[in-house]
Amino acid sequence: MAALTRRTRVWHGLVLAVFGLYFAAPLVASFVFTVDVPGQGLTGQAYADILGAPGFTDGLGLSLLLAVATIVLVLALVVPAMVAVRLRPGRLGTVVEVLCTLPLVVPPIAFVAGIGSILQLGPERLSDTPLYQTFLAVQDERFPVALVLSYTVLALPFVFRSLDSGLRAIDVPTLTEAARNCGASWWQVLVRVLLPNLRSSLAGAAFLTLALVLGEYTIARILTFETFPVWIVKVSGSEARLSVAVSLLSLLITWLLLLALSSAGTRAKTASEE
Amino acid sequence: MPTVATTVSPPVPDTAPAVSGRAGARPRRSSATLAALPLLVFVTVFFGLPMVAVGIGAVTVTDRATDTTTLTAANLSRSVQGAYLDALTSSIKLSLITAALGVVLGTLLAQAVVASRLPGLRNLVVTASGVLANFGGVPLAFAFIATLGISGVMTELLHLTEAGWSLYTPAGLAVVYLYFLIPLMVLVIAPALDGLRPQWREAAANCGATGWQFWRLIGLPVLGPSLLGGFVLLFGTAFAAYATAAAMVGSVLPLVTLQIADALSGNVLIGQEGVASALALDMVIVAGLVMAIYLPLQRRSARWLR
Repeated sequence: MAALTRRTRVWHGLVLAVFGLYFAAPLVASFVFTVDVPGQGLTGQAYADILGAPGFTDGLGLSLLLAVATIVLVLALVVPAMVAVRLRPGRLGTVVEVLCTLPLVVPPIAFVAGIGSILQLGPERLSDTPLYQTFLAVQDERFPVALVLSYTVLALPFVFRSLDSGLRAIDVPTLTEAARNCGASWWQVLVRVLLPNLRSSLAGAAFLTLALVLGEYTIARILTFETFPVWIVKVSGSEARLSVAVSLLSLLITWLLLLALSSAGTRAKTASEE
Repeated sequence: MPTVATTVSPPVPDTAPAVSGRAGARPRRSSATLAALPLLVFVTVFFGLPMVAVGIGAVTVTDRATDTTTLTAANLSRSVQGAYLDALTSSIKLSLITAALGVVLGTLLAQAVVASRLPGLRNLVVTASGVLANFGGVPLAFAFIATLGISGVMTELLHLTEAGWSLYTPAGLAVVYLYFLIPLMVLVIAPALDGLRPQWREAAANCGATGWQFWRLIGLPVLGPSLLGGFVLLFGTAFAAYATAAAMVGSVLPLVTLQIADALSGNVLIGQEGVASALALDMVIVAGLVMAIYLPLQRRSARWLR
């Protein structure tokens, strides 16, 4: 094909410049907003205040705890199921795929409407049964299991996709056969053969879940748990500058995490193609 | 020496199960089911039950005085009337408009990137899109408030308020939504644009086709499923968005997600608790329709992209 004409080049440059501006503007402007205080000039006070802000460590700590618990639970559920499905293809595979994709169809706000009405059953119907204690325990503020369970459901589609592409890249049946022929137990096959081969997609799934949990607002807010995003919204009423500074930092941290993840992904891909 | 039947299966991932010569190299069917069982049970209980609860809540009403639950269509019919209907339609309208804008702008950006033939630029934009598309939520809302809100930096710099700008309107919300919708579209359409081989264009040009004819007869039909799939996906994403809207506008704007949150937080009249479930069911139905259109389209467009 003929070389790109000068006019197309100018047009492409213009398009890229406009989009670049649109995507950079909120970040730059937010930064200016946090450091340029009217009447005081430039100051980094908003960032210095973050660590000491009441509720910051609690909120962030709770979100991180929930993230770790969710990652452990979701991987423990999905990995064995997907490996088994690879080794025994059949109807079960379709079932697992559909179940893991379904949560995408339901908006989180509709999902939490259901969770809310189930949690309400506790005090309303079950107050004189032993189940009532369970209902109270899953809503413990220090470690709300109800949130872990909900986030696990929300994370299923992402974890499924990440692991699915990882499993596609390796030959599970052959690896398993080789290991089994060498006398490995099923547990050894999983832990010493398959999981090391799936390292990058497991890390990918974990990162995505981490980012999801750290940013999740809807469910925590409706069930009234003070996670990190809920805390940001709460402080925004009184300390606008602080909330913007925290938002900016958390955006940058999440993006760095995801960026690290996707560049690791591309590297793994190029490595496997070589 | 016994021959081991390893020659039967070439290492083709993703297809045919390897045929094994030895017992025990494949799990029995029952143990495969056993390994998948925790997942199946988990999804049934912690996803299935809440969804059933939404369904039941939407079609029943409980009388607190007598503690009886009766079937009713009142919740559902209330959820498509008055203020709730307004919220539903304005949610759908906002989602349609932002999705359409997202498709056009995302395709424009992706086309400029792909056609620039700079692999570095393409990788950069696609990676950045993957990051931007996934997670907006609360932090994004605050970044925009600081930028284009009432005392936002750009608002004051460019005197936008005098020009009639307000972030807390559907138009303002659309500007924020596009921040994650455009990257989402780039992710959907970039592979499809890659699949549009330069050779096709050359072949068309050699046969005397104009640029317009190329796009109308070849480009758009090939891109069609991806464009439509992208539109549907963007619509679903915008429709389900809650955190961004809630952090930005509170409940100033009537949106169905905000209405559900309001109803769930107890801000409804006595006897209307079921309305939250009914609205949630409405949303699931709309989102379900969206996915029912999207998934087959995605498969169809995948055909061209090998």
